[in-house]
Amino acid sequence: MKPMQADVIVIGGGLMGTAAAFFLRRRGRSVILLERGLVGQQASGVNFGNVRRQGRFLPQLPLANRSREIWGRLKELLGEDAEFLATGHIRVCYDPRQIGVIEAYAQKARDYGLDLELLNANSLKARFGFFGPEAIAGSYSPNDGHANPRLAAPAFGRAAARTGVAVFENTEIISIAKPGDDFQAIAADGRMFSAPIALVTAGAWGGALSRQFEEPVPIAVHGPQMAVTEPLPYRLKPVIGVSTAIPQEVVYLRQVERGNIVFGGGARGPAFADIRRAYAVPGHLGNQLRQIRRLVPALANMRVIRTWSGIESYLPDDIPVMGPSARVSGLYYAFGFCGHGFQLGPGVGDVMAELIDRGSTMTPIEPFHIKRFAVEAARSVSA
Amino acid sequence: MAEPRIVIVGAGPAGVRAAETLVASGVRPIVIDEGGRDGGQIYRRQPEGFRRSYASLYGSEAGRAEDMHRSFDALRDRIDYRPETLAWGIWEKQLHLLQGSRTSAVDFDALIIASGATDRLMPVRGWNRAGVYSMGAAQIALKSQATAIGKRVVFMGSGPLLYLVAAQYSKAGAEVAAVLDTSPFHLRVKALPQLIARPDVLLKGLALTLKLRRGGIEIQTGITPVEIEGRPEIGVETIRFRTSKGKVRTIACDAVALGYHLRPEAQLADLARCEFRFDAQTRQFFPVKDADGRSSVAGVYLAGDGALTLGADAAEVAGRLAALAVLSDLGRQVAGVQVARLRRRLRIFERFRRGIAAAFPWPAGAAAALGEDTVVCRCENITAGELRAAVSDNGAVEINRAKAFSRVGMGRCQGRYCGHAAAEVIAACAGVPVEAVGRIRAQAPVKPLIIGAESDAEQAA
Amino acid sequence: MTSNESGRFRRLGEEGRSRLVFSIDGQPAEGCKGDSLLVAMLMQIRHLRSSEFGDGNRAGFCLMGACQDCWVWTDTGERLRACTTPLAAGMRIATKAPEQAWPSLA
Repeated sequence: MKPMQADVIVIGGGLMGTAAAFFLRRRGRSVILLERGLVGQQASGVNFGNVRRQGRFLPQLPLANRSREIWGRLKELLGEDAEFLATGHIRVCYDPRQIGVIEAYAQKARDYGLDLELLNANSLKARFGFFGPEAIAGSYSPNDGHANPRLAAPAFGRAAARTGVAVFENTEIISIAKPGDDFQAIAADGRMFSAPIALVTAGAWGGALSRQFEEPVPIAVHGPQMAVTEPLPYRLKPVIGVSTAIPQEVVYLRQVERGNIVFGGGARGPAFADIRRAYAVPGHLGNQLRQIRRLVPALANMRVIRTWSGIESYLPDDIPVMGPSARVSGLYYAFGFCGHGFQLGPGVGDVMAELIDRGSTMTPIEPFHIKRFAVEAARSVSA
Repeated sequence: MAEPRIVIVGAGPAGVRAAETLVASGVRPIVIDEGGRDGGQIYRRQPEGFRRSYASLYGSEAGRAEDMHRSFDALRDRIDYRPETLAWGIWEKQLHLLQGSRTSAVDFDALIIASGATDRLMPVRGWNRAGVYSMGAAQIALKSQATAIGKRVVFMGSGPLLYLVAAQYSKAGAEVAAVLDTSPFHLRVKALPQLIARPDVLLKGLALTLKLRRGGIEIQTGITPVEIEGRPEIGVETIRFRTSKGKVRTIACDAVALGYHLRPEAQLADLARCEFRFDAQTRQFFPVKDADGRSSVAGVYLAGDGALTLGADAAEVAGRLAALAVLSDLGRQVAGVQVARLRRRLRIFERFRRGIAAAFPWPAGAAAALGEDTVVCRCENITAGELRAAVSDNGAVEINRAKAFSRVGMGRCQGRYCGHAAAEVIAACAGVPVEAVGRIRAQAPVKPLIIGAESDAEQAA
Repeated sequence: MTSNESGRFRRLGEEGRSRLVFSIDGQPAEGCKGDSLLVAMLMQIRHLRSSEFGDGNRAGFCLMGACQDCWVWTDTGERLRACTTPLAAGMRIATKAPEQAWPSLA
């Protein structure tokens, strides 16, 4: 069978892959996008929907800023906005020791162009009267917001297809290699795809592909525990989160314009990449509800109508793999976003397209290079 | 061996007979009941202080109802009965419960899910108006509350319940404006060879129709629903339909009871990760079970209309069989003769079910004909047009995908009432068989769970 | 209690039960002991609440706690599923979400 040829093969049709394909096409590259299931069905489609910059790993802020700029232009770029709303994002803390952490972060974030407004107990109460009495300080990021994860990747996928990307869903790649000048990807049903450049955006399955190029990464999969309430009058505009060092205190919520409140946080659930299933664990809900009541007591009367999970991939240092391969020329990676990839998605797509197109990017992504695990592997061998 | 922990969900005919069978073997099961009192929906007890007799409430089923309630009363001290308790989630061998605003969990070695059924609905333009109720709702209003859902009621849909509830209304003194059946009469004749499997029930059905006609109530068969008309603030005012001869008629009414048989409440089975199978005749998925009620998951058993809608009598048999299967799997001695006899009876019910499904078919074709602005999902107010856009514009062919894009089935009822119709709309729009569209996956909680819910441990603290 | 013309439902028996006084949106109302809240309300008025999405009033649908269409509010903001809640004397019921009175918290 004759392989289908393009300039770039993108493997994985989540938000990263669809956005990269879209932006590569805008740069005039021919692109094949290969998705094992349906576009945006895994982590991209089931996450919380946070378009949040504050609280991120600081060196990631330039990427997050670039992505935020694209979120604001979705309608113009894609013809639809994936329900993106720049509602602001507020993080509060309960522990006086955490106030210093919030303040230090706000100070450093300013160097990256992210202006955060600090609130003390009084200003917090005056401005956001819905917080419980334990919330003693907060940090407000006025230009962050949220969007609908069920819609974002499919919107990029459709826009990519409209502009000429060859999108193949239900196409599982069982092997990828670079026998000569070109990469050859072979699907489970025998179809072959070939290109001089390959980009792996396969999320939780990215590690299985990088291993084929002898660049293993210690990837782990978990299921975020998500839930949504019945619709309520639309009153809670900003996305709300907790800044804490105690994992079970982590909870975040957002109200969508139709009125439902989406929330998540706390213990993660089991995920199984092989059967493509992750589960919401009923036993985890109790703590989440307790934390929701603590954060916004007025929600105690509302009802949860649905819970879900999805397969997210995590790396031990909690930052993604992103950038060129350390071993194979023409090979690029962008996966393993450790539960915070949604906001970054459009920016990752744009940056990877720039990197592939021009050989470099103006956005610093060096900390995410896959070589950090090669170094680690070598160290552990020598130790 | 330690006392096995056996949990039954549901205290309708299947749950009660399962409990009775277990108690007879010296086991004390936990019985989880969403209702405040036993009986399920079909044999729901009227509130304290109501005086109507069994005969007036249950008609020809009075003996059965009374026996069911007496049996339960006799069991009361020998089971751990938990009324007003919702089983909202399941994880491995643990069932998660909600009572009021208190959550708890019970471990089980065996779980018998006897969760019953709810009405199966096909939308019609205007079915979101105030005054439109499910067929089951119309019956509950009468049996449990001695009320009619309106002052002038039209019964529309198909299936035996259509005639039964209309007759009950008429007998109780309510005004029945018409009985409108989407199934053409000739299918009833054609299904006779299967319906004869239960001659007594068949005769009762014929008697009902006769009684309605003698009472001067208009019965139309082979109709096509057009619209339930009215105003957003007022609700239902008239119903419009096309007769079997193609004539469009309008009938004034202030309430419509709507239903097309029943569908299983199979969410718990789904959350327990039981396999499902597609039933081509009725075009819906049922959880897989063997002849005795074993699901595809070890330790999880299914009985009654929550697994396969065979009706109340069959649910009693299925409840007994499931309990015997549990006992047998736990290594207890079970009389093979008894099992064989119960299985034989269940086969007769199954044959009859096929006959009923053939005589009163699910009107799958109506989904394709739904107008673009007809609401499919009542909870989220999503129209057929919006659902079709998820298919034609966004390429969603599988129902959970279409749900993600359109919000169909995402509301408070979690797709109970729109799921089957939505699948038909998608299938017709995408040009694929309805089994390829699949079914809406269950997601906990089975019913809404209050954010203020606290666990037993929290409340004690 | 006889049928109320302004109500949706109609009683067909079990008359002569003791009466219970409650209120709907501040208006006094009366039901019978043993009534569900849904029945008691629909003996007085023609709906329970309005659809959040603008398609008009709702009056419940399944009456068996499955469709979740009949949730109403108490004046203190609690939610009650009217079809599975027995009427109690003194209930103060609202047909509109109290959160509608919340300020927009932006």
